[in-house]
Amino acid sequence: MNARREAYLYAAQRLTALIMAPLVIGHLITIIIAIQGGLSAEEILSRTSGNIFWAAFYGLFVLAAGIHAALGLRMVAAEWLGFRGPLANWTVAAVGLLLILLGFRAVGAVI
Amino acid sequence: MAGDDKDATLSVGVWRGDADGGEYVEYSVPHRASQTVLDVVTWIQRNIAPDLAYRFACRVGMCGSCAMTVNGRPRWTCRTHVDKVARNGRLTIAPLDNLPVVRDLAADMAPFFEKWKRANGAFQGGETRDDPIAEVRPDEPERKEADAAIECINCGICYAACDSVRWNPDYLGPAALNRVWALHNDRRDVARDDRLAAIGGEGGCHLCHSQAGCTAHCPQGLDPSGGIAGLKRALFRAALKGTV
Ligand code: SF4
Ligand code: SF4
Ligand code: FES
Repeated sequence: MNARREAYLYAAQRLTALIMAPLVIGHLITIIIAIQGGLSAEEILSRTSGNIFWAAFYGLFVLAAGIHAALGLRMVAAEWLGFRGPLANWTVAAVGLLLILLGFRAVGAVI
Repeated sequence: MAGDDKDATLSVGVWRGDADGGEYVEYSVPHRASQTVLDVVTWIQRNIAPDLAYRFACRVGMCGSCAMTVNGRPRWTCRTHVDKVARNGRLTIAPLDNLPVVRDLAADMAPFFEKWKRANGAFQGGETRDDPIAEVRPDEPERKEADAAIECINCGICYAACDSVRWNPDYLGPAALNRVWALHNDRRDVARDDRLAAIGGEGGCHLCHSQAGCTAHCPQGLDPSGGIAGLKRALFRAALKGTV
């Protein structure tokens, strides 16, 4: 059971990395294009408000980043701090959830 | 340093101590042509320090007992030429990293072999002497994977080179996992799923960073890192199938 959980968590970390790679590139390209001719709140909102594409783009991004970061923290905490076991698992899960909630809040604010 | 320079002298720092600690002691050793690091250690023991503890047996790279840290890297000393590793006539020799010390250059290999046991590293056949001999062709893909991993001499060099073992002493380490990869590719073995379960949980193969320090140092040219990546894939498939 333990082995199954670890196998799935490993796969989740690889999968979220795979998802994020093109999203990071898309994000960078968007930034470069968007700042041409200055950047203002109205300009950003006019692009994102009510736009399903950007909602899905950044929604997926937030989800993948939250999961990936939590799993990465789990490894770092285990190795560098010796923080392992159920309490460590719940702690990083909470951090991941917090990241996802904050991310969704930000996405919700511009869509 | 020229190999045939009869007057040349090596300055050698040898770690002397025990489980409670120790320090480097300096020795001067005559340099010889084709001299190995094990020759240097043996010369010191025979001529200067008869109480120097170290371990060796075959002297030809087969038994895996002579591994030490030479100028900061784990190496098999019987097949490491001084001329290849000495820097300006200087050598430092210490016991293997990531293992307790018995005394001087002899590391305690017990935790290393305990992990082979924990990883279920023994072959488990399902047939008796009365069954026909299983036909395994040498060119089967699985057999090729097993063959590539099989020539381990249990020297512990990869284990000493592994930073994941350093961070987490519970980690099974490259040698035990390489052994599991060899057995995993042996279809005569009947315990392959049990073995995956044994190496997939706490302290298991997912702690590996795949940076291949083990592969870079293995004197037999094996690739534990690649085998561990194969085990991770096998574990994911087994998880989907529900066999772990
Ligand atoms: S690849 Fe894995 S087993 Fe090999 S040295 Fe790195 S962490 Fe250790
Ligand atoms: S895999 Fe290589 S380095 Fe590791 S114990 Fe076996 S022979 Fe030694
Ligand atoms: S003494 Fe046997 S491998 Fe070096």
